[in-house]
Amino acid sequence: MTGRGGRTIKVDTLARVEGEGALYIKMSGERVSDVKLRIYEPPRLFEAFLRGRHYSEAPDITARICGICPIAYQMSAIHAIERALAIKISPEVRLLRRLFYCGEWIESHALHIYMLHAPDFLGYQDVIELAKDHGPVVEKALRLKKIGNSIVHLLGGREIHPISAAVGGFHKVPSKRQLKELVSDLEWALETSLETVRWTSTLDFPHFEQDYEFVALRHPEEYPFNEGRLVSNRGLDIDAAEYEDRFVEFHVKHSNALQSIVRGRGSYLVGPLARFNLNFDKLPEVAQKVAAEVDLKPPVKNLFRSITVRAVELVFACAEALRVIGEYEPPAEPRVAPPNRRGVGQAITEAPRGILYHRYAIDDNGLIVSAKIVPPTSQNQKRIEDDLREFAAQLAAWSLEEATWKCEQAVRCYDPCISCATHFLKVVVERE
Amino acid sequence: MLILGCGNRQRGDDAAGILAVERLRALGIAAEVCAGEPSALMEAWSGVDRADDVIVIDAVVTGAPVGTVHVWDGQRLPAFATATGSTHGFGVAQAIELARVLDRLPACLRVYGIEGKRFEIGSEVSPEVEQAVEEVVQRIAGEAKVRPEKSHDG
Repeated sequence: MTGRGGRTIKVDTLARVEGEGALYIKMSGERVSDVKLRIYEPPRLFEAFLRGRHYSEAPDITARICGICPIAYQMSAIHAIERALAIKISPEVRLLRRLFYCGEWIESHALHIYMLHAPDFLGYQDVIELAKDHGPVVEKALRLKKIGNSIVHLLGGREIHPISAAVGGFHKVPSKRQLKELVSDLEWALETSLETVRWTSTLDFPHFEQDYEFVALRHPEEYPFNEGRLVSNRGLDIDAAEYEDRFVEFHVKHSNALQSIVRGRGSYLVGPLARFNLNFDKLPEVAQKVAAEVDLKPPVKNLFRSITVRAVELVFACAEALRVIGEYEPPAEPRVAPPNRRGVGQAITEAPRGILYHRYAIDDNGLIVSAKIVPPTSQNQKRIEDDLREFAAQLAAWSLEEATWKCEQAVRCYDPCISCATHFLKVVVERE
Repeated sequence: MLILGCGNRQRGDDAAGILAVERLRALGIAAEVCAGEPSALMEAWSGVDRADDVIVIDAVVTGAPVGTVHVWDGQRLPAFATATGSTHGFGVAQAIELARVLDRLPACLRVYGIEGKRFEIGSEVSPEVEQAVEEVVQRIAGEAKVRPEKSHDG
């Protein structure tokens, strides 16, 4: 179906996202009359699991929320609980935690860029089809992912549901020699990441720019992972403790995952685009230089260029991992023994897909009284709907099949982690 | 023999692969939990001790009755098995198909797919799936007893 009549673009199962979900768009001519991002999830069950458990279990429990970003959940949980208990960690542990996050960013970004998003730009149905024509490209991606996994495995004890990260530090830390064994792979990964930036910059990007409110952490000295104030390009500048004062979660009928807005404003965007635009000056020189080489400079407002921004963050993560390994000294104590005491703590860390907020209230026995977890994909949901409302209108003259493909591609720009925000996503666009 | 179980213990029937690994280990048979995504799978069977005889166990949804045990040749997975839809982003079937395209499959790969129905966070494992896990464990254990020398230490 083409042309000026109404139509429905319907994609029952959105492919190449983590988990599953549903997107529904209804159009009358060039007008989008309805957009619904349907994400089906038993609401907030992990928050319920955490109630009554000892805080020391939170890293293990929350790591199971997501198979691709377990470290993000562990880091947000640990930092929130450490704040509640007024625990200070050593500089060495702080550095190790940055390295831990580097591992996750490398494996998550490599997976998304090459296996989930690149097929869109190259006209392939999926990475399997891509691999038939471009095997070496996919092999490179697998090796990048493996290198990220190896960092996670070394620091976390295993790749899936890591077990070593704990409130107060790590149960076990690597030796300098063990970390040095990662260096040659990381040097290869850095070079490959630079190639990835250059390669992705040659892709054909639809022209689609919006006036986003970008929200990310900002730290005075470094590109953010675990620490910083929460800022935006519209003047937001708050501590994590103020998050729930400034951001509102609400339930929409068509989705079991909650949506978020900036109080008094509207939808906002978290993730690589936000981080890049708000923290470009904190990227290491190698990342800034390659971004300039491909004419990528803030503010980047074209959603589709997020694939190149992710590649720049891949460069950053590899460079940062090498820097940390070069400076690392094992801590005198891998973990400080945390007390059992009452407290409330909040933390925001930068998951690969954007800010991840945790809050815990803990009683005198160290048991969790309440927990709140706001994943980045939940926060991006409203923004995805707003984007599609505008983007789908531009596709009115396209065939239904092509318009559907483009809408899916737009959703994938967000690298939505549906198993964090929810469980199932299906994409449906209707033209009437 | 290298035995890999994939899944997520928090998502009901998706725990099937992990439960199978635990029960095999309890019987003294080496088995590993695997993330189930492409690089993890390929690394597991093409690492330092290259494995030529590999079994992967995972929950599946094909429309068959819950608890059905499917056994597929990894070289010839059915078309529906490569459709999207996975609780860990990249389905095991897709990962295997990618390995095939890249010529990185082991010489012998069998996939035990246990039909599930319940995948919500925090849901219990269905009784039919529990039973199917036991069936798969007994089948593999029987085979391992006949061919113990190839067991891959996980």
